[in-house]
Amino acid sequence: MDTSRSDRVHDVVVIGGGPAGLAAAGRAAALGADVAVVDAAVMPGGQYWRQPAGDVLAGSVTHLHHGLSTYRALTGQLAGIAAGGGYYPRHSVWTVGRDESGFVVRALTGTGAGEYEVEIRGRRLVLAPGAYDRQVPFPGWDLPGVMTAGGVQALLKGHAVTAGQRVVVAGTGPFLLPVAAGLAESGATVVGVLEAASPLAWARHAGAVLRNVGKLGEGAGYARALARHRVPVRTRTAVLEASGDGVLERVTTVRLDRHGRALPGTRTTVEADTLAVGWGFTPQLELPLALGCATRVDVDGSLVCVVDDEQRSSVADVFIAGEACGVGGADLAVTEGEIAGTVAAGAAVTDRRLLRRRAALRRFAVAMHAAHPVPSAWMERLTDATVLCRCEEVTVGRAREALLLGADDARSAKLLTRPGMGWCQGRVCGYATSCLMSAWSGRPASPASMAARPVAAPLRLGTLAAADDRAPG
Amino acid sequence: MPERGTDVVVVGAGIIGAACALYAARAGLSVTVLDRGSVGAGTTSRCEGNILVSDKGAGPELDLALASRSLWLELAAEYGADRFELEEKGGLVVATGEAGMASLRRFAVGQGAAGVTAEPVTPDGLRAHEPNLASGLPGGVYYPQDLQVQPVLAAASLLAAARDLGARVVTGTEVTGAARGADGRLTAVHTRDATYPAGAVVNAAGTWGGDVGERLGGSVPVLPRRGFILVTEPLPRVIRHKVYSADYVENVASDDAGLETSAVIEGTRGGTVLIGASRERVGFDETLSVEVLRRLAAQAIRLFPFLADVRLMRSYRGFRPYCPDHLPVVGHDRRVQGLLHACGHEGAGIGLAPATGRLIADLLTGAHPLVDPGPFDPMRFAMEDV
Ligand SMILES: Cc1cc2nc3c(=O)[nH]c(=O)nc-3n(C[C@H](O)[C@H](O)[C@H](O)COP(=O)(O)OP(=O)(O)OC[C@H]3O[C@@H](n4cnc5c(N)ncnc54)[C@H](O)[C@@H]3O)c2cc1C
Repeated sequence: MDTSRSDRVHDVVVIGGGPAGLAAAGRAAALGADVAVVDAAVMPGGQYWRQPAGDVLAGSVTHLHHGLSTYRALTGQLAGIAAGGGYYPRHSVWTVGRDESGFVVRALTGTGAGEYEVEIRGRRLVLAPGAYDRQVPFPGWDLPGVMTAGGVQALLKGHAVTAGQRVVVAGTGPFLLPVAAGLAESGATVVGVLEAASPLAWARHAGAVLRNVGKLGEGAGYARALARHRVPVRTRTAVLEASGDGVLERVTTVRLDRHGRALPGTRTTVEADTLAVGWGFTPQLELPLALGCATRVDVDGSLVCVVDDEQRSSVADVFIAGEACGVGGADLAVTEGEIAGTVAAGAAVTDRRLLRRRAALRRFAVAMHAAHPVPSAWMERLTDATVLCRCEEVTVGRAREALLLGADDARSAKLLTRPGMGWCQGRVCGYATSCLMSAWSGRPASPASMAARPVAAPLRLGTLAAADDRAPG
Repeated sequence: MPERGTDVVVVGAGIIGAACALYAARAGLSVTVLDRGSVGAGTTSRCEGNILVSDKGAGPELDLALASRSLWLELAAEYGADRFELEEKGGLVVATGEAGMASLRRFAVGQGAAGVTAEPVTPDGLRAHEPNLASGLPGGVYYPQDLQVQPVLAAASLLAAARDLGARVVTGTEVTGAARGADGRLTAVHTRDATYPAGAVVNAAGTWGGDVGERLGGSVPVLPRRGFILVTEPLPRVIRHKVYSADYVENVASDDAGLETSAVIEGTRGGTVLIGASRERVGFDETLSVEVLRRLAAQAIRLFPFLADVRLMRSYRGFRPYCPDHLPVVGHDRRVQGLLHACGHEGAGIGLAPATGRLIADLLTGAHPLVDPGPFDPMRFAMEDV
């Protein structure tokens, strides 16, 4: 099928329909800008407000959601944008480029041989691409039944499906609680929530926490739900190993000391058919990197984009909001989106409260990252036989061979032994490979060396070629 | 602070620097290799690793390529083909029209006289070689001598072999300049934080050879020629050889600065299919060119229609190091005593690496050169200036 082109040049094209993107689009539209919103999902809301097709948070999953009044306000504004022909759901952006008119966003829609490319043009861009679960390998993590916490949550919110009957939720960070609470409320038996961090970890950041009591309230709600379902929450506890005969059957856990190291003699094994693991999030940086936006390594070890006070990236007319400039949750994403949308529409941010809220939420995010580090002892749990890259089936032992061949960073390990070369393009194993190479070589971690993915979403070669066949000559 | 001195300092740990280091070490010289990045992470990591004789007409580059191919097979026999993932893949060049078929045949006859095995293939024969090729193609030529290696692995393995002979490899170290003696001879190489005394210095900095040459006191005209490669999702082995359309040969040798593309397609061990090749002179512009990607995809589908339904998973680009006459610069820089160049191998550096390394070692030790170094003389451009 042909590429769909139009001469319309929007004032602002927002990529991403999660909290940050919707907020940016809403603000820009309210200021009179001609706005487009491009989003891969069927329904607006991103990961945070994920929901079944056609549901519009009307029924089946509302009990899983927070901030629904904000959501309704944002989707109300989106309806206006959609009425003007500016809403592109089910459109995955595979690349962003430029021409005389400004930016050209190239998105894919349709499935199978019916896939085709749509070009959307704009003078300014707001990138709000969100993040995906950060993972680290452990023995057995490649067994069916081991999932990401975000994946489990997406099944629940997006399809009203519980991933399993007996579920262990493990990793670190406040996100584990809603996942566990949602599962328990939906009828699954949550065998336990294993939080690697210490319960005291937040104490050092009392200031940041007090200024964000709303967040704590949300957490307390989940804690109540978990208590109601008698779900044990264990802190300073981590998964050592997942095992089973072809599928997950058992989860072996261990207590951690203050430094995140396994305490001898504390192993326990529980039976489970599903293990949901989350170690924080990795921002999705394909599009900012393709445009040349400057990056930095954030306090949680993630590569994020550099933005100024008005959410401007280092590239003119490109704004970034939400997790891509620092993982911090939905409230921060909405605030950043509002600022980005305002400035992208050509207005100034006059509401000082917006700026203060962003500052407070960012402090909260920093405190959260400090309280919930990935315990570096995850590396001790690996054996040479542990799979590092699932797509290419590269083991830890094989990746270590790259070191002997002279590799000193994640990219050279990838070039020599293939972690990150497969279908996921290093989205899953990039963080771990970068940490391992750094630990082995003594050089600083190099998340940037694995982050560039010029083809942001896979596309049929036939789709790519279609526009060329039509061109004269 | 001065580091331990060696007979030779090689600047660049790409495939060329690696081969220079190994052959110099094998000749008994002490060697240090310096690279600002990681092993093989320059243009060597941006290519397909083909060792081709099929795309070269009779002349000095083909002579170098044939010598180099023999050395690759020797290296594989000595160290193990797996250390390089060397595969005797064979190349199938496909004509897309009757006129193209005639000129391809003529080209192959000339190559045959120069020592290349070239087997004409009938239209039916094409499908025997590659069952998934489009129907209706007029024929082609099969080149059983074409090989392939995994280029980064090959560079790393050559360097590992050199290290076994005592060579030292220092990565993450940028060469910034050189020290000279009273007689003008190079005596040491400066990096950002150290000095490496050297009996001789080899500029193997690939596409950055012009820049490094200048830093060492002897510039060479090496420029970037951009190329994109498309990588598909992994598939079962559906393409057996390197398959390319006959117009590729013309593009390789072309002087046009504009965009040139031709279909170059092959399967890999990992299951992905690699699709090239584009050539354009746009400096070091790193942005993705959708126009180039579209053309490469369309041309590939014309040869292998099933590719239309295969998904593109990633794309990468590199900058081939080219000289104005499309031949590498290999040999002494007679303006600066102690400086040698080994760069500018354009789209054939992997194939030409062992012979280049051997030639450099021969020139360093005064041994009889493997091939006539005359056509690769770095001074050939400097001469034109005077
Ligand atoms: C798309 C594409 C496809 C290709 N396909 C093939 C193919 O199939 N077969 C083939 O034979 N060739 C192919 N080539 C060409 C091949 O990649 C090159 O000829 C070859 O890699 C050049 O190797 P090199 O060692 O000279 O350069 P490089 O690999 O670039 O090595 C040069 C090194 O010098 C280092 N360096 C630069 N400046 C400094 C400094 N100041 N200090 C220290 N170190 C420095 C760099 O970091 C780099 O590692 C292709 C190229 C491209 C772009």
